[in-house]
Amino acid sequence: MREPASKATTRVTLRINGRAVTVPAGTSVAAALAMTDSFVSRADLSGRPRGPLCGMGVCFECRATIDGVPEVLMCLTPCREDQEVVTDA
Amino acid sequence: MREACDLVVVGAGPGGLAAACRAAEAGLDVLVLDAQPEPGGQVWRSEARKGANRLARRWLTRFAASGARFRPGARVVAAPEPGVLLVEEGSSSFAVRYGRAVLATGARERFLPFPGWTLPGVLGVSGLQVLVKDGLPIRGKRVVLAGTGPLLLAAAATIHAHGGEVLYIAEQASAASHWGFALQLWRHPAKLLQGALMSAALISVPTSTDAWVIAAEGEGRVESVRLSVRGREEQLRCDYLGAAYGLVPNLEVARLLGCETSAGAVVVNERLETRVPKVHAVGELLGIGGVDQALVTGELAGLVAAEQPIPVELERTWHRVRAFAAQLARHDAPRAELRRLATPDTLLCRCEDVPMSALEGCQNLREARLYARLGMGACQGRTCGTAAQTLFGWSGEDVRPPCLPARIGSLRLPSDVSSTHARES
Repeated sequence: MREPASKATTRVTLRINGRAVTVPAGTSVAAALAMTDSFVSRADLSGRPRGPLCGMGVCFECRATIDGVPEVLMCLTPCREDQEVVTDA
Repeated sequence: MREACDLVVVGAGPGGLAAACRAAEAGLDVLVLDAQPEPGGQVWRSEARKGANRLARRWLTRFAASGARFRPGARVVAAPEPGVLLVEEGSSSFAVRYGRAVLATGARERFLPFPGWTLPGVLGVSGLQVLVKDGLPIRGKRVVLAGTGPLLLAAAATIHAHGGEVLYIAEQASAASHWGFALQLWRHPAKLLQGALMSAALISVPTSTDAWVIAAEGEGRVESVRLSVRGREEQLRCDYLGAAYGLVPNLEVARLLGCETSAGAVVVNERLETRVPKVHAVGELLGIGGVDQALVTGELAGLVAAEQPIPVELERTWHRVRAFAAQLARHDAPRAELRRLATPDTLLCRCEDVPMSALEGCQNLREARLYARLGMGACQGRTCGTAAQTLFGWSGEDVRPPCLPARIGSLRLPSDVSSTHARES
């Protein structure tokens, strides 16, 4: 378990759909998605945009390919340095 | 790969942590599984890093010192035989052979469909709150919240504290029910104080009872919401809408193990043991009751699992929190109008894009699954199943493995886990 020490100044840079996003350590990938232009995680069967809904790993709206692993839930995944996130949108 | 333990605890929220602490402190080998990267559950999410909540800090510190083992990012996908769980963890999986189990899987929000609820920027009430806690930039953003009960105020307080502008809080309960509930809170001093602190910070936010979302509108994401406020219609422009109506227990793992449920909660005896021997259920699984109920029932189950005496004070506290849970259930029950918001085009199942119109003629959940693919997608009906129950009174079917999307490899019982059914006591 991590120490509850202050790590607020530590920042990490990940890529979401090829775009670099720098966030405080501890930010979830779903939260980082809101720092891109759109808060869109996937498209539905008719091509309409969808975004995160439940934030707790229940609804699966925020699934994405993270570091090559498909169907990972962004809301349960902390941002890490050099992480590669590809959404379905 | 396999793990063996005296006690497996599924869920590392307050209930699971309390059970794990009590059992591990009494000498049991305890393994705690949770889907999140850190312990604390939804209510204490990110407290392991931030340490802002004193109660959370106390329990997380106690848990770290208890000797219980913690496996983050671990999801139970199947229970092939009594005493064995199959667990997926990242891109690998393992089997757990356990003597006893404490299920502490907590709760999720109740989503009810309304036109526009699938737009990006429309989230749950607590869903938006946890994303803000997890770093979603909310400073200067306009937020409307619609739902019911204490969670609405908790979410508003978090958003407010992070610099978000809460434009409106719509409480679905009627004024009589809401203020009746608030007056009952004097029996629960800790909650009364919490409520008062929250209200003080939010004193300037317009709030109404008898209010709910009619529709969310926008091009590509939510831009405005229409509310029904005491019979009038109001429109507000906003960046985010949090809309969900209270909580429902996460019953999937309990059902997977064959535990009996009644009225949406797991049936337990006074030892918090379910109808499946050596499997206990705690916290929200017993009916929504919040952190206090989770902690007290977690402690009780941990003590029972370790065959320790139960302090009288703990039993007394349990009876008190149960009374609160009963009041909360009456307050949070969704009103009839909320069942009529969806139009024929509104999607009920978000995974399989099943509109309300596709359910014409369906009499139950089974027919809706077979004929319209309701609940057949990635979330396995976790969202629309709860909605369908509220809208049509359709109750959930038995859960079949895997209870989450899983890799084929995760469903294979490792050869070193004996498949004999001998379970010594």
